[in-house]
Amino acid sequence: MIEMIKVNKYFAAFHVLKDIDLLVSRGEKVVVCGPSGSGKSTLIRLVNRLEEHQSGKVVVDGIELTDDVKKTDMVRREVGMVFQSFNLFPHLTVLQNLTLAPIWVKRVSRKEAEDTAMHFLARVRIPEQAHKYPSQLSGGQQQRVAIARALCMKPKLMLFDEPTSALDPEMIKEVLDVMVELAREGMTMMVVTHEMGFARTVADRVIFMDEGRIVEAAPPADFFSAPKTDRAKLFLSQVLGH
Amino acid sequence: MRWARENLFRSWPETIATLLVLWLLWKTIPPFIDWAFLDAVWRPDSKACRASEGACWGFVAEKHRFILFGTYPYELHWRPALATVILIGLWVFSAFRAFWKSWLVAVWAVGLAVIGILMWGGVFGLRYVENERWGGLILTLLLTTFGIAAAFPLGILLALGRRSDMPVIRALSVGYIELIRGVPLISLLFMASVMLPLFLPSGVTIDKLLRAQIAIILFAAAYLAEVIRGGLQAIPKGQYDASHALALPFWRRTYLIILPQALRIAVPALVNNFIALFKDTSLVLIIGLFDLLSTVKISLNEPAWTGFGVEAYLIASLIYFVFCAAMSTYSKSFEVRR
Repeated sequence: MIEMIKVNKYFAAFHVLKDIDLLVSRGEKVVVCGPSGSGKSTLIRLVNRLEEHQSGKVVVDGIELTDDVKKTDMVRREVGMVFQSFNLFPHLTVLQNLTLAPIWVKRVSRKEAEDTAMHFLARVRIPEQAHKYPSQLSGGQQQRVAIARALCMKPKLMLFDEPTSALDPEMIKEVLDVMVELAREGMTMMVVTHEMGFARTVADRVIFMDEGRIVEAAPPADFFSAPKTDRAKLFLSQVLGH
Repeated sequence: MRWARENLFRSWPETIATLLVLWLLWKTIPPFIDWAFLDAVWRPDSKACRASEGACWGFVAEKHRFILFGTYPYELHWRPALATVILIGLWVFSAFRAFWKSWLVAVWAVGLAVIGILMWGGVFGLRYVENERWGGLILTLLLTTFGIAAAFPLGILLALGRRSDMPVIRALSVGYIELIRGVPLISLLFMASVMLPLFLPSGVTIDKLLRAQIAIILFAAAYLAEVIRGGLQAIPKGQYDASHALALPFWRRTYLIILPQALRIAVPALVNNFIALFKDTSLVLIIGLFDLLSTVKISLNEPAWTGFGVEAYLIASLIYFVFCAAMSTYSKSFEVRR
């Protein structure tokens, strides 16, 4: 599903990602963790080309990401993304947020788009909020709307960039529950998160990053019980310590 | 009494300020009422006016048709009058959100066509009136209407161009905006009226009114572009991320996500510019077009009425004020509500 070979990424002179090799197969759930500044957000944003890489190869669903805008758009139609700060469209209602891309990008009818939207709103358990504006919802509700918005495009792959980091503690669970459910249904997922409980429950593989490199990649059971590097041990002690 | 003590005389400086304001009001309001009403001359009689201490409303009464309609043929004044009413009607009609449907464009098209027929004539047995003779309020309103209608989209394009990734488009936009902003409107009007005809091939003429209109549009667009750019810059990067992630192509993203938010942020500054544009149209005076303010000025040239400028300008200011106040009051309903 995702194939990265020798990928390098720079922000001006700063070398953010160094020789990244990564394979994610269909149906796999990968959790990416690591200290801040380790390049995990940049890594996930390469997958739908919100960031451009300078060397190496990124192939998503058989399409290589290059300067070709058409190919980028093809990939973006198949890849849903959820952001740390929700990024809902504040001037549109929840329902309009959900139907906008299906109507304007996938060209489905308004009726069909609204049916799909209501279906996914029910799935994230907030169908009654359809006609409210994002600012009228709690953070947890907004993030669930954001998940539903991505799902309305019927993606093959879902990217989550720290989806719970901007939430109050009591709202984290309602978002994670939705994500766990999604994982159980077989969605391919790449998740940047510090929620190690989530990683333990759903991840097939945990990827630990530090200073722009993938330092460790292992099933959660192995990673949590026996991290190989000192850097990972230190990180785990800090994350799990409280 | 209690209210007065709490709000007007709470401390010594406040008491002094209150008394000062009261004294100023006492010094200005009664004399103004004396001048404007009690001592005023209401008959159009310039001798009586000169003899009196008060305002000479007779002058306004005598000249109001020239002030409102300029040099438009006197017996045909009903045509610009009706056109003015229709144009204001169109604006008021468009102010209701319930009417923001696609047929509103058709309503405007029909309305403007009727205005055109009324003003020019030449059909349906109406006498033809060349637009050199149009003047007064309708000229101000038409210049403003078409000025806003054309400068606004042009300004949006320039603002988008200035933020474009494409170097040529960006350079052109920046060049245009900086060039136009660096020049006073008056010189643009002069250029449009004097220099533009020199560049046109012989035989091609664009009339004076159109040239002035184009100058106003080009001028306003540069200013609007910068205001809109300010709104664009205020939009969080996450909005772009989300629209990219949803694969929205450029124009859809711009039209559906970015502009609705950017323009709402820019409302106060936009209205500021619209009001400025409305008042700037009075500069067409210098190239010999008679807008509302010019007609006031010209009506004062008549020997019998020289010296009664205050009354006439007061009325003109009042008309300008009513329109500007309407614009700014209405715009409040668009400002970002959070």
